[in-house]
Amino acid sequence: MTPIQALFIITSVLLLVSGFMVVTARNLVRAALWLIAALFMVAVVFVLLDAGFLAVVQVVVYIGAIAILFIFAVMLTRRVMQESGPQSNSWWWVAGLFSLLLFFGLTWIILGWGGAAQHAPRVSAADLDNIEQLGLALVDPAGYVVPFEVASVLLLAALIGAIVVAWDRN
Amino acid sequence: MIPLSWYLILAAGLFCLGLYGVLARKNAVAILMGIELMLNAVNINLVAFWRYQEPLDVAGQVFAIMVFAVSAAEVAVGLALVISLYRRRRSVVAENMDLLRW
Amino acid sequence: MQTETLIWLIPLPPLVAFTLIVLVTNKNRALSHTLGVGAAFLSWLGAIVVFARAIGEGFHHLGEAPFASAFNWLPLGDSFLQIGVRIDPLSAVTLFFVGWTVLMITLYSIGYQNFGAPKGDHDRPGLPPHGATVTDDHGHKHTVPSVEPNYSRFFAFLGLFAFGMYVLVVSDNLLTLFVGWEIMGLCSYLLIGFWYARESARAAAIKAFMTTRVGDVFMLLGLVYLYSEAGSLSYHVIFSPEVLERLAHDPAVGGLLGLTAAGLIGILLFIGTVGKSAQFPLHVWLPDAMEGPTPVSAMIHAATMVSAGVYMVIRIFPILSAGSDHGQMTAAMTVLAVIGAFTALFSATIALAQNDIKRVLAYSTISQLGFMIAALGIGAYVAAAFHLMTHAFFKALLFLGSGSVIHGMEHGVLHTGDHDVDPQDMRNMGGLRTRMPVTFWTFLIGGFALAGFPLVTAGFWSKDEILADAWAHQHYTVFITLAVAALLTAFYTMRQITMTFLGEPRTEAARHAHETPWTMTLPLAVLAVFAIVAGWIGIPNDFLGLDLGEINFFHGVAYTLLPSGIEPPGITFHIIPLLTSIGVAGLGLYLGWLVYRGYTAGASDPLQKALGPVYKVLQNKYYFDELYDFLFVRPAKWISETFVYLWLDRGLIDGILHTLARIAYWLGGIFRNRLEMPIISEGADRLGDGVRDFGWLLRKSQTGNVQGYLNIGLVLVVVIGVVVVLLLN
Repeated sequence: MTPIQALFIITSVLLLVSGFMVVTARNLVRAALWLIAALFMVAVVFVLLDAGFLAVVQVVVYIGAIAILFIFAVMLTRRVMQESGPQSNSWWWVAGLFSLLLFFGLTWIILGWGGAAQHAPRVSAADLDNIEQLGLALVDPAGYVVPFEVASVLLLAALIGAIVVAWDRN
Repeated sequence: MIPLSWYLILAAGLFCLGLYGVLARKNAVAILMGIELMLNAVNINLVAFWRYQEPLDVAGQVFAIMVFAVSAAEVAVGLALVISLYRRRRSVVAENMDLLRW
Repeated sequence: MQTETLIWLIPLPPLVAFTLIVLVTNKNRALSHTLGVGAAFLSWLGAIVVFARAIGEGFHHLGEAPFASAFNWLPLGDSFLQIGVRIDPLSAVTLFFVGWTVLMITLYSIGYQNFGAPKGDHDRPGLPPHGATVTDDHGHKHTVPSVEPNYSRFFAFLGLFAFGMYVLVVSDNLLTLFVGWEIMGLCSYLLIGFWYARESARAAAIKAFMTTRVGDVFMLLGLVYLYSEAGSLSYHVIFSPEVLERLAHDPAVGGLLGLTAAGLIGILLFIGTVGKSAQFPLHVWLPDAMEGPTPVSAMIHAATMVSAGVYMVIRIFPILSAGSDHGQMTAAMTVLAVIGAFTALFSATIALAQNDIKRVLAYSTISQLGFMIAALGIGAYVAAAFHLMTHAFFKALLFLGSGSVIHGMEHGVLHTGDHDVDPQDMRNMGGLRTRMPVTFWTFLIGGFALAGFPLVTAGFWSKDEILADAWAHQHYTVFITLAVAALLTAFYTMRQITMTFLGEPRTEAARHAHETPWTMTLPLAVLAVFAIVAGWIGIPNDFLGLDLGEINFFHGVAYTLLPSGIEPPGITFHIIPLLTSIGVAGLGLYLGWLVYRGYTAGASDPLQKALGPVYKVLQNKYYFDELYDFLFVRPAKWISETFVYLWLDRGLIDGILHTLARIAYWLGGIFRNRLEMPIISEGADRLGDGVRDFGWLLRKSQTGNVQGYLNIGLVLVVVIGVVVVLLLN
């Protein structure tokens, strides 16, 4: 076991545990906090995958914005929801069972695929995770400027939409 | 050192957890949290494949950035909806939102 | 106009009158009778013109070359059935008297049906008029005769009747003769039953029609047989020497009774006359036919219908006498003689005991027709035709006269208001001589003609000729029978005249009778003239041994039936028949007057004492009606009411139908209750319900719970994934 592997295993365990707590915590605030933990572990995974920029973006966007948003939402809708009380609905066992089955199925498929056993190709650090290259690609007309702009429009729409939807008409 | 399959299995597991959360939680906000987990699992998948298949092509990362943007937008709107629902119905229990019931 | 064309036109005016009255002028009485009389007048005119031309030709010539015209009518293979018209001496004289009598009777009907009288108080169509109450200037109410409700209908039927008779007379073949015959049969039914609301009238009409029908069936058989033997029904074919020769020598079909074909044909055709001319045994309808109005009785029983019977027999005399050598009576002629003589005597006896003025005349008609038939039977066809003509005139006169008497009596009945008095019963009359003079004198002339009053009246000459013929050919049985019948005829005629006109009125009604209008008395006068004059054209050439030259005009009728080139046989004069006829006439008239001149109201008939129980038999017409009722009418009714109606129709046929209906109903019930309702109907209902329930079921899946939907999606994805993987492996 190399250190990288050990690190990966620890990270995965923490990630999965956090994820599990997210979906089973009764107290929603706790769930949100567990979500933050999970998101952080995902950032670590990104680092392990030599995607440093993405790890930072993960932390900033997800944890810094989205998770906070969740906490706000929890706070704003908190009054009726009691901390205690079952958090799972009537068919949680169906969902659980079939999610488990799905997991096993996916795992089996993954293990059955030949390419899954491959190792990461060696690439020089300079070529890997080149932010400049990424930035240029995002604004290059022959590159990904269209998706970039579309994403911007989407965010604008979401922004306006969210405001409109949540507008208090009183 | 780390075979691709580990990452993929990890992503699958996270996905299934998120799926469970979407399907089995009462609170609408908790459902959205489950969705976030699923999106993150997808991101892990994307980045893993980028690193193991085409590390020199930025397409993988761009895709992952798109996912970020989309998920952010979706969460914003979703939570706005939840809040609007909460204002009207004084509840965020998903089971009670059954206006489309027969 | 050419004579043949004129002959074709003679039957038309009455037919046109009939059609117009029925369709157009029914409501307008004056127009209807104008049409009726006008049509009778036109036909009369045509008949007179044709008769005049016929005389102009001379009967000798006319017999050889009659006015004839025919055309092809019915295609029969290669040849045609021809019909047409033919006027030879016999039909010429017949046209003459038919024309006169029809015109007189139609004119008379205007007065008889009370044209111009007010409408009756309670008159209903179908019943004779009952009188109307009128208020005169002083406020007195009295009842006067009212107008006949069905006035126009009468003239319409008279027209149709006249049409039938003219068709019969002018036709040149037995087929159209039969057509005219049957038309008259129909009209006699319609006219006898003219007052159809009376039960007795209806019954009489049916009786007349049925009885003559019996005769007609046999006549039709005769016609068919004749046609099959001769190949035609036209006179010029069937009376040709070749056909007669064949008929005389061929045996009758099946060798029936040893008759020749001619004999059987003759007898069958004669049976038609037995029905139509009311000879025994089919005489029963004629007295009952007095139910009709008096002009009808005159028409049917004097002028036209019964004369048609005799006319037809005279026509077929060649067939009847075929095969006889030198005037020997053939079998057919014997039958005629027997029936004719018997009928003459038989009905004369019945007439003695009748009290209804019209019934006496009815039986008298039967009796006189018997004379004619007997004359034919002994071969005296000219005498028969002569008597036919004179009889038409004086019998029509007598009937119309009796109608006038009845009218006068009815007026008296209405005046006195005594409705129990029967205006037709002679016992209620008397003394009408002074009150109805014209009627009296004309009736007297007619009665004398009937009785055969010597020299002056027509009946004398014709009756004398028959008797002379019988004596000359030594048919002594017939001679004596007819002589006795003539005696009785004179007796009952004088009885009738005495009881009706002479003496004192026996009821108030008779006292108040008065003469009838000119439309009724004028025809009486005209016919009276003929009743005197018509006889003189038949005075024998050697009367009383004197040579009177060619005075016997009527004898020319013989040319009708003789093969050309032969002079008609005459009879030599003999004193005995002359004395006999003068004797019986005189004796009969005297006795009749003597016995009845003292007849008073309420007295019983003098004959009753003389004859005792026989009188009752005579009065009841020898109970023939009762006999026929027992023999024929009751069985017929039983067959129709019980056998056919109850058993066959209601029982069998209806039974079958009802059973079929029940089966169908039962089947229908099964179809409905076993098949349609439980299976089809239920099925359809269940289908509908099933769809609805299934829909309800499906509806439940829409819970509105998104998480539920997603759950199901996940489940299915996993399931499909497993299936695919398993399949791939």
